[in-house]
Amino acid sequence: MSIDKKTVENVAHLARINLDKKELDKISGQLEHILSFIDKLSSLNTDNIAPTSHILPISNVLRKDELRKSLPIAKTLMNAPAKQGNFFVVPKIIE
Amino acid sequence: MNYETVIGLEVHLQLKTKSKAFCGCSTEFGQEPNTQVCPVCLGFPGSLPVFNQTALDYAIKVALALNCKIQEYTKFDRKNYFYPDLPKNYQISQYDLPLSLAGYLDIELEERQKRIGITRVHMEEDAGKLIHQENFSLVDFNRTGIPLLEIVSEPDISSPEEAHEYLTTLKSVIQYLDVSDCDMEKGSLRCDANISLRPVGAKTLGVKTELKNMNSFKGVKDALAYEIQRQAGLLDSKKTLIQETRLWDAKAAQTLPMRTKEGAKDYRYFPEPDLAPFIIKEDKIAEIKKTIPELPKEKIKRFVKDFGLSEYDAKVLVALKETAQFSEECLKEYRDSNKKPVANWIIGPLAALASNNACEITDLKISAASLVELIELVEKKQVISNLTGKIVLEEMLKTGKGAQKIIEEKNLAQISDSGSLNVIIAEIIKENPKSVADYKTGKANALMFLVGQVMRKSSGKANPKAVQDLLKEKLESV
Ligand SMILES: [Zn+2]
Repeated sequence: MSIDKKTVENVAHLARINLDKKELDKISGQLEHILSFIDKLSSLNTDNIAPTSHILPISNVLRKDELRKSLPIAKTLMNAPAKQGNFFVVPKIIE
Repeated sequence: MNYETVIGLEVHLQLKTKSKAFCGCSTEFGQEPNTQVCPVCLGFPGSLPVFNQTALDYAIKVALALNCKIQEYTKFDRKNYFYPDLPKNYQISQYDLPLSLAGYLDIELEERQKRIGITRVHMEEDAGKLIHQENFSLVDFNRTGIPLLEIVSEPDISSPEEAHEYLTTLKSVIQYLDVSDCDMEKGSLRCDANISLRPVGAKTLGVKTELKNMNSFKGVKDALAYEIQRQAGLLDSKKTLIQETRLWDAKAAQTLPMRTKEGAKDYRYFPEPDLAPFIIKEDKIAEIKKTIPELPKEKIKRFVKDFGLSEYDAKVLVALKETAQFSEECLKEYRDSNKKPVANWIIGPLAALASNNACEITDLKISAASLVELIELVEKKQVISNLTGKIVLEEMLKTGKGAQKIIEEKNLAQISDSGSLNVIIAEIIKENPKSVADYKTGKANALMFLVGQVMRKSSGKANPKAVQDLLKEKLESV
């Protein structure tokens, strides 16, 4: 499987990663390499094997519906780049 | 051209657990901003989510009540996107192995019942709340991580009215299950709609619009009705429709395109590695099934069968779980095989009284027994007239006294004995020779006039039916 630069650019945008032209070339090559390695898996017959959705053999990990202490407001906002009163402040983004 | 409307609804429902889906923060509404948050729901590195047992049980309960097939193996996935109301930059949701599939909900239309397919009911978490200011936005993450259900209908809905009925029925079922407040104002129930038109008889679907921002069931209905007009207008003038998201503006009563970036959404779902899958066995399903009460549809059927009520009356009485319980008590208590008066009194005067007090019927401090006492005094014993009954009902609410007591204290009992009535009737006949003559020549109005005069003389206490009978009898012999 090959990957074109457009796809890499799109994936980078979706992940909000800025790549300059040099990086784009480098990453495209590396991704290509990774994907061709992954392609090897396709040669295996997996018709009767359910996809793995979790690597640990555990299930039904649940907790009781009980309250636990939330953070004090000072701690919650401690690392916020911008705040106002109890709120986090972010640039206005219309979806 | 004649078009056929195709509508699918997507309902988001907050489950009323005490704590959030994946952490122990409170879900209580209306608290100070960002006071119900912790490293898990703020998405701090290194924190780990653990799912809430009650949220899972509630989700299964809703799915079962909507006749869905619970999947034996289900898991959470990450839905990746960047938006400031989402602190982790992904929402924990379900993608290819949702909790449940292929259910349905029957809705009552005027002349028939219609089955609306439910594609899936899946579990996810709510996002935070943004308050947009002039140049920036404020973020409150209290809502982040509250357990949500997404209930997706098949595109089986054919009109705004059907959409409204679907939502009303769905809300009623969920309120019976007692797993959500279903309050659109508080955002615990939200609804988006997909709508497209196609020429009648066409096989393929038309271009659809996704409608958002409806804040009430009426808003959903109005937005859909507007959209039908808009799309039909464009199709008629051979303009191309584009697939887009539009926002309902309730004040302007129109939908407007939402400003959005080009390109299809790419959420890059992948299995949530922090949460192990869930295996839901038959015994668990059976256990939860037992907690589902009699649902509105069955209750309506039973009210019709056991109490001889009309479908309409039964439906109104059953819509709210609490009212249904109260009504059933009244219907059982009322000692007559014709139960219609009970339905009339609850749907009429009692509902009016509740609405005047801006509350539900069950919030009024009137017990089933005391209401039945009043209804029997009016309808069976005919101690007071219907009109006086309504006055007594208001007095019951004000004073907390029983109907019988109020009637005695205020001397409201109607006069039905012919002795007392005949005295008044004789006087009225004497005072109104013209009307008597009119009656003799066959004018029906004259009788009603004379009845009215007797009622007035008795200060409204005469039994109108008795007055009419006695009056006719007397007039024959004049
Ligand atoms: Zn939390």
